[in-house]
Amino acid sequence: MSEYIEHDKNGASVGIVQKRFFTFAHPPERLRLESGAQLGPVTLAYETCGRLSPERDNAVLVLHALSGDSHVAGVYTAEDEKPGWWDFMVGPGKGIDTERCFVICSNVIGGCAGSTGPSSIRPETGRPYGLDFPVVTIGDMVAAQKALIDHLGIRRLLCVVGGSIGGMQVLEWTVRYPERVASAVALATTMRHSALAIAFNEVARQAIMADPHWNRGDYYDGPKPATGLAVARMIGHITYLSDEAMRLKFGRRLQDKSDFSFNFDADFQVESYLRYQGRKFVDRFDANSFLYITKAADYYDLILQHGAGSAVRAFAKARARFLVISFTSDWLYPTYQSREIVKALKKNGRDVSFCEIEADWGHDAFLLPNPRLAALIHGFLERVLREVRTSPDAL
Amino acid sequence: MKSEHPRMRYDLQIIASWIEPGAQVMDLGCGEGELLSYLIARKGVRGEGIEKNEEKAAHCIERGLSVLQGDMNVEVLDYPEDRFDYVILSQTLQQVYEPDVLIRAMLRIGRRGIVSFPNFSHWGIRLQVFFTGYAPVSRQLPYQWYDTPNIRVITLNDFRRFIRQIGLRILREAAIDTHSEDRYGKIVRFLPNLRATYGIFMIGK
Repeated sequence: MSEYIEHDKNGASVGIVQKRFFTFAHPPERLRLESGAQLGPVTLAYETCGRLSPERDNAVLVLHALSGDSHVAGVYTAEDEKPGWWDFMVGPGKGIDTERCFVICSNVIGGCAGSTGPSSIRPETGRPYGLDFPVVTIGDMVAAQKALIDHLGIRRLLCVVGGSIGGMQVLEWTVRYPERVASAVALATTMRHSALAIAFNEVARQAIMADPHWNRGDYYDGPKPATGLAVARMIGHITYLSDEAMRLKFGRRLQDKSDFSFNFDADFQVESYLRYQGRKFVDRFDANSFLYITKAADYYDLILQHGAGSAVRAFAKARARFLVISFTSDWLYPTYQSREIVKALKKNGRDVSFCEIEADWGHDAFLLPNPRLAALIHGFLERVLREVRTSPDAL
Repeated sequence: MKSEHPRMRYDLQIIASWIEPGAQVMDLGCGEGELLSYLIARKGVRGEGIEKNEEKAAHCIERGLSVLQGDMNVEVLDYPEDRFDYVILSQTLQQVYEPDVLIRAMLRIGRRGIVSFPNFSHWGIRLQVFFTGYAPVSRQLPYQWYDTPNIRVITLNDFRRFIRQIGLRILREAAIDTHSEDRYGKIVRFLPNLRATYGIFMIGK
């Protein structure tokens, strides 16, 4: 996912939010990971907006993608110019309406925005984990989120919502904790990565690991592998757009010049855009976190893990109502992958809505202001809220 | 749900009157969800729909319906057997490429099917062909031969025979006289194949 953070044109906002921390799995009660390794203590950075109803039936858990964090909407201070990454979607009267819903968003484990990850201090050594941080999976991320939801005293979430890697977490929630989610919104996502998606991630990881500053993940005392991480980000950005999006956005236009420079500076706008995105990313993201999170996404295989090879069996346990959305120009997680999810859900007799939204912006479309997307999510959430409130015991 | 259906299309009113409260309903080609939302609001059914058009499917989801955007001929294959009490195909049969395949699929995933279509043997159509010699154009079939989405010409008699031939049963039928988008109409009991503009059939195995 990229950054398209901008303030809402209508000025609607959740206002000032605060990043909070929840720490659990204190040794010796460490969190047991899917790899068999143990991790503890584990801290999750999270933010909330809106109000939890007295019945505690309106909680929506938002799950971020690769480069996101807990800062889903609003600002940290009145002077803060940069709202959360999904500010257009989350707020009063928006797709996820904070007048109606209590929104929770936490940074994934393995991340670098406040939750325990490779850049966190390892208690045993007093130094950052680096590559000693255990490999975490999408399932581990979800297990940690569930500890947070327990801590917040929420028995059942109204909805889990997320796109891309966040969408994988959505799917995982519905089969891992079926009785804890009334509904699920899976955007531009997949049950498992295609070879194409893995290939791009691998090239991105190689870019980081080829940077001499990476130093096998042990760089926290010295210069960061900034070049490698920037290149990794550039590769990501190519996959988030589409041929159409790039043609419309850049074409072959040159950046601040009328002729070629006949050297290797950024001549084309697309080059300059990618370099800018790469540079910007380095300031806020940890290279090791990039490795861990992309690996978790590549390993993820709902079909294998929960269905022993059958997508239908994988969703047999799911109880939620589903809204699945894909975008026409998304070539990273194309529509056919969403349709496979829909098909498996239908075969299980699950309540599922699906829409393929016409959009030029490729995989990143779910992060861009889109009235249709917001209206779909809004309508879906209102229905689920109504159904949950008319028969509170029915999932 | 808001009260947004003071009166809906007459053929849909008849279909709705055949469905008992609390039933599980699938509406194939549900459009903007007029029938579904009516059935949910008034009859407490559990309804789902399939709609090919993105705009219309999105509109359904936005108004809180459970709807899949997709091709009904394909989507209908993925449901478990007898998942629904009723599977509805309203005013679409004349556009279906393989009617027998679709109708069998409807009765696999549902206990009953409800099918409605414009009656091609209505006297007005017969007279047009007879007197003008041109392919008929009516309010129910408002297209010219070169731009019609309707690839099938069906009469009430044809449909009855077809259902018999493919080994299914007609459980209930209504011949109605109404115009395509009209809120009002009447049941035709005398010479329906000649006088009805639409036929509605409930079919079963």
